[in-house]
Amino acid sequence: MAAYILRRLVQSALILLGVSFITFVLLYVLPADPVRQIAGRSATAATVESIRQQLGLDQPFLVQYGNYLWNLVQGDFGRSYLQKTEVAELLVSRLPATLLLLVAAIGCELLIGLPLGIIAALNRGKAIDNGLMLTSFLTVSAPQFVVALLLLFVFAVKLGWFPIGGYGTFAHLVLPALTLGILGSGWYSRIMRSSMVDVLRADFIRTARAKGLGRRKVILGHALPNAILPIIAMIGIDIGLFMSGIVVVESVFGWPGIGQLAWQAIQRVDIPIIMGVTLVSACGIVIGNLIADLISPLIDPRIKLR
Amino acid sequence: MADASIPPEPLIVPESGPSVLHQLAQRKLALLGLLIILICVGGAIFAKWLAPFDPFEQFFDGLTIEGAPLPPNAAFWFGTDLLGRDLFSRILYGAQTSLLIGLVANGAALFIGTLVGVTAGYFRGMIGAVLMRFTDLMMAFPALLLAICLAAIFSPSLWIVAMVIAFVNWVQTARVIFTQTSSLAERDYIAAEKTLGAGHGRILFKHILPHLIPTLIVWGTLGISTTVLLEATLSFLGIGVQPPVPSWGNIIFENQTYFQSAPWLVFIPGAAILLLALAFNLVGDALRDILDPTQQGRD
Repeated sequence: MAAYILRRLVQSALILLGVSFITFVLLYVLPADPVRQIAGRSATAATVESIRQQLGLDQPFLVQYGNYLWNLVQGDFGRSYLQKTEVAELLVSRLPATLLLLVAAIGCELLIGLPLGIIAALNRGKAIDNGLMLTSFLTVSAPQFVVALLLLFVFAVKLGWFPIGGYGTFAHLVLPALTLGILGSGWYSRIMRSSMVDVLRADFIRTARAKGLGRRKVILGHALPNAILPIIAMIGIDIGLFMSGIVVVESVFGWPGIGQLAWQAIQRVDIPIIMGVTLVSACGIVIGNLIADLISPLIDPRIKLR
Repeated sequence: MADASIPPEPLIVPESGPSVLHQLAQRKLALLGLLIILICVGGAIFAKWLAPFDPFEQFFDGLTIEGAPLPPNAAFWFGTDLLGRDLFSRILYGAQTSLLIGLVANGAALFIGTLVGVTAGYFRGMIGAVLMRFTDLMMAFPALLLAICLAAIFSPSLWIVAMVIAFVNWVQTARVIFTQTSSLAERDYIAAEKTLGAGHGRILFKHILPHLIPTLIVWGTLGISTTVLLEATLSFLGIGVQPPVPSWGNIIFENQTYFQSAPWLVFIPGAAILLLALAFNLVGDALRDILDPTQQGRD
């Protein structure tokens, strides 16, 4: 186990190194010139050159990348081109909002998805099952921004129950979390349904029924604890999905997390911030997958660590 | 030459039951999906004749006296947008953009995924290892962030958007195809072919690729749904297909600031995106049930 974890950690570090390299290459070859953005349109050629030198952008690619990595291992993500702040500081100040949204969103997904999956499994083949599965298809096919705008329109504009955007109170959290919760619930309900269907067919359920346990006890006491196991591994993967989709929901709701930070940085070609957010997101994905892989054998001994 | 001695294999794994299309038609949800796809494709192809108005024309009577867009009415079925253009016509022409990008981007993603997966799964060795490690790496990339980054940086056009989507979407296909190819390459009949002196080309095109077709059909269909959503998201952020060319995503982008007073401008194109993505998901899921033998008997 320890050897496996160690190997996976090394692998993860290599993957992050690869992500940093590819992102750096992409940003290096990009046609938009960050120096022009900083200097402004009226800057003279000499000013542009001196800024380029200041930022070290006149150096060869590998030297730039080497410098970046060297600073990175010391915890230095570089300095934002435009905000003149340390990227690490920006990330640290923005991360709590994103993490809060992450927890709330996954909570919403589970709260909506699991009961629907269980109800569908218990009514397999009936109209309610078909209806719920169509619903789960609908939620996974819905564009994030449309759901976000729909919730805003109904609950913020028309009903006025929640603020239209921003950050600070519980009320601000509800709509963004619900948006992600509705969208993600489809996956959970489908996995929950198929897992529950499998478990309900198992011999130990028949035994439990045979010894005269009530339906409620069989389902809640015996079937559910077994059927819920795949969900736990799914949460790990979900963290990765969340990290990659955070930009849209944060910009629609004006949620001050790293997704919004990334979007603002992309529009201004603020490369150090883009690099920082990409790396943090990739970290989230790698950690999420690691959790999923480590948990799977613990909950199902038939899965072996490889 | 071994050609004469071995009869060519049938292209698709022989189905003992009714044809795929027949099985598809028996599933209500798949049928619903097919219907939606047909309507969208028909609308896109015949947009020129079906559209009641020119999608670019800004109608004088398409705005109220105060200059606000018109809600859905008898003349403008889906209402008008901020510039007084007919929304129904723009939605019809927008279907062209969505479907075109869906086909091109998804086709390219399938092609890259198959190329990488087959190469890695069949030839293995150093190339295979490098390709699959690169695939792992791409899996750890925040895909949407990468797509947004690329689309924003390159001046967006329909083709750039399609290529960006292909660049982030090939990864899943590559993994699935890799697993299948490596298991196929182990089979006895492939070894027999090799003994008979068949070259790589013959084995790949006659014995491996035909077996991958069902998987490619399933992933191809499901992938269009992902592509449609990604294109809409990029266009919604203003870095996808650029106005005035209508795309369902950029219609929402252009009008989103007015979504409180003119909600139809956001929710009608939104519903169109949802329906198209849903349709391909429904059909793809049904195809997976029909074509993938490992899934059978699960429900």
